[in-house]
Amino acid sequence: MKANCWYGKRHVQVVDVPDPKILNQRDAIVKITSTAICGSDLHLYNGFVPTMEKGDIMGHEFMGEVVEVGREVKKLRVGDRVVVAFPISCGKCFFCKGELYSLCENSNPNAWMAEKFFGHSPAGIFGYSHLTGGFAGGQAEYVRVPFADVGSVKIENGLSDEQVLFLSDIFPTGYMAAENCNISPGDTVAIWGCGPVGQFAIRSALMLGAERVVAIDRVPERLKMARDGGAHTIDYEEADVYDMLMQFTGGRGPDSCIDAVGLEAHAPSAVYYYDRLKQAMMLESDRPIALRQAIMACRNGGTVSIPGVYGGMIDKMPMGAVMNKALTLKTGQTHTQRYLTPLLTRIKNGEIDPSFVVTHRLKLADAAQGFATFNDKQDGCIKIVMTP
Amino acid sequence: MTTRSLQRTRPSTTRASKSSSKKKAEEASASGQQVQAVGDRISGNGNGNRSLTQEERLAYGLGWFGIGLGLAELMMPRRLAQATGLPFRHRRLIQIMGLREIASGLGIITQRKPAGAVWSRVAGDVVDLACLGLAFTSTGADRKKLTASVTAVAGATALDLLCAQQLTRGVETRNGTIAVTVSVVIDRPPEDLYTYWHDFTNLPSFMKHVISVEVPGERRSHWLVTGPAGSTVEWDAEITEDTPHRLIAWRTLEGSDVDHSGQVRFEPAPGKRGTVVIVDMQYRPPAGTLGSAIATWFGENPEHSVKMDLRRFKQVMETGEVMTTEGQPAGRQASTSWKYDSASRR
Repeated sequence: MKANCWYGKRHVQVVDVPDPKILNQRDAIVKITSTAICGSDLHLYNGFVPTMEKGDIMGHEFMGEVVEVGREVKKLRVGDRVVVAFPISCGKCFFCKGELYSLCENSNPNAWMAEKFFGHSPAGIFGYSHLTGGFAGGQAEYVRVPFADVGSVKIENGLSDEQVLFLSDIFPTGYMAAENCNISPGDTVAIWGCGPVGQFAIRSALMLGAERVVAIDRVPERLKMARDGGAHTIDYEEADVYDMLMQFTGGRGPDSCIDAVGLEAHAPSAVYYYDRLKQAMMLESDRPIALRQAIMACRNGGTVSIPGVYGGMIDKMPMGAVMNKALTLKTGQTHTQRYLTPLLTRIKNGEIDPSFVVTHRLKLADAAQGFATFNDKQDGCIKIVMTP
Repeated sequence: MTTRSLQRTRPSTTRASKSSSKKKAEEASASGQQVQAVGDRISGNGNGNRSLTQEERLAYGLGWFGIGLGLAELMMPRRLAQATGLPFRHRRLIQIMGLREIASGLGIITQRKPAGAVWSRVAGDVVDLACLGLAFTSTGADRKKLTASVTAVAGATALDLLCAQQLTRGVETRNGTIAVTVSVVIDRPPEDLYTYWHDFTNLPSFMKHVISVEVPGERRSHWLVTGPAGSTVEWDAEITEDTPHRLIAWRTLEGSDVDHSGQVRFEPAPGKRGTVVIVDMQYRPPAGTLGSAIATWFGENPEHSVKMDLRRFKQVMETGEVMTTEGQPAGRQASTSWKYDSASRR
């Protein structure tokens, strides 16, 4: 089959690889019908995530048709149309039973290595470095899905791929980010980053009852998409984010702040070059520029929710602000399985049509071009969907 | 008790046992134990007795040896030059080497975890060897004595390397025995876990190195296990204690390839959160420290190996299978699994 493989910094290539096989009896093989490039794939693309190996198959946002199931798969049948959650979760351990699926204790065969980085290991993740298991990803024609009963949601006909594909990651990720804000009526939520996760966070915050959402970015088409979703916007290259937010909230600050940017943040100031330099000198692995701003702007006693990906160490973390302002930090890889059915219901009810975020449609064979376009934010690119 | 006080206690124990009578040394280490026992609880090492390991003893020995040799090089470069066969005009170099020896030595004896400092000895040894090698070409050198010196330094290098590697791997040998304690929480009742484990023919399903277990008698079992470099080792074991749903203890019988004993306990976790499984093993490698070094040289840290087995036990008991990616597709020819395969790396 054809698969999009990682070969180094800014180097991915679609090559021929063997078809996947059932390796465990709770596995299913899914024939991909649609797969997307995630913003967090760009962290791999740009070489910020360690333990990638040349030839690793990428991709953790995908859906398709079940073509083979192991003996222990009970719910799925050959022919089912499914969307697959990006974390791999056993459904039986302490964390899975508590619906903290992205913390599954049994799905990462390289957990011992992640423990050296993080103290404890997160769940295995499709196509997302060997630190999270080295599982072959879904930017391919076929994919092996371990614990398929737990990780998949069946989709009835009548909904298009683009309407449901993002249940695999970005919709639940944006939704969990908003849910973590504990929104009450009248709340103002500020969201850093208007990429796909930011877009879903905007719409989720409004669905969950936020009075006002302020979205922060610098890319015109992303800011426009945010406004279309009902957000007020700040272009951080045009205005000082903190000042604007204080003006907007009478000096109190937003009730909750969402960092949907993560480790590759930008800023039009010396701070950016400071963090770039520290990254280049390996003195910090991540650039927490958006996170610092979110912490500084958040109102006293508010919540900072962090769906943005961080991988290692950050510098100049304003812990004094977190402590003295009594902030709550909430974060984590998304417990996607928890949201599959509830969010599918919202889509079916017409509360949201996630396909709004798609700007580019490509063939899988053109994945390399897709990565370059998405990475450089060329051509108004916000979300790319690929079909085999 | 703070870590700082632990750091102070350790070297002074060594000094006491070095300089005084055996009795005094015992007192010193006994008074040290109380403090160290707290450290053990903190670090989760349930061995209780926190005396120095053989690896640490070797390291501190090498440290003091280095300081002695360094002082000699610093104070009496002429004698040293004569003894090693170096031309005397290199006395400054000898003194610098002496300072280096002292620095490494002090580094070792003042640290609770001296692995880094022992590696600095290895680096220093390499430099020493290079200097001695160069000296062969210089005039006024005594080739015969130089050859003897090179042999001696090479021996010290081997010892340093061995010691550094063992410390880095976290191998802890006491009284010729490597003790390993590992635990894991499993979301199943103790009865289920005990029953599965007690059928020893189940063990190869999660113990990666175990090829097969036969159970010829009530308390006897015969084990076939993969050894280093593709070899296999065998042993006979007997159950020494068996408390239903709580504990199984075993030890190998005489004439086994690998001499060890161990026990697995199944303790209900607080708050009905399943079972804490605790494995305690004592493994006596042939020929003491050296033997344990050789046994782990090509293999892996025994603690890591047991930890991995327990993790797979958890997977089997909770999910019904051992998670793997072996056999999945990738866009490459050469396998990279050796880098991540828990069995081949610590």
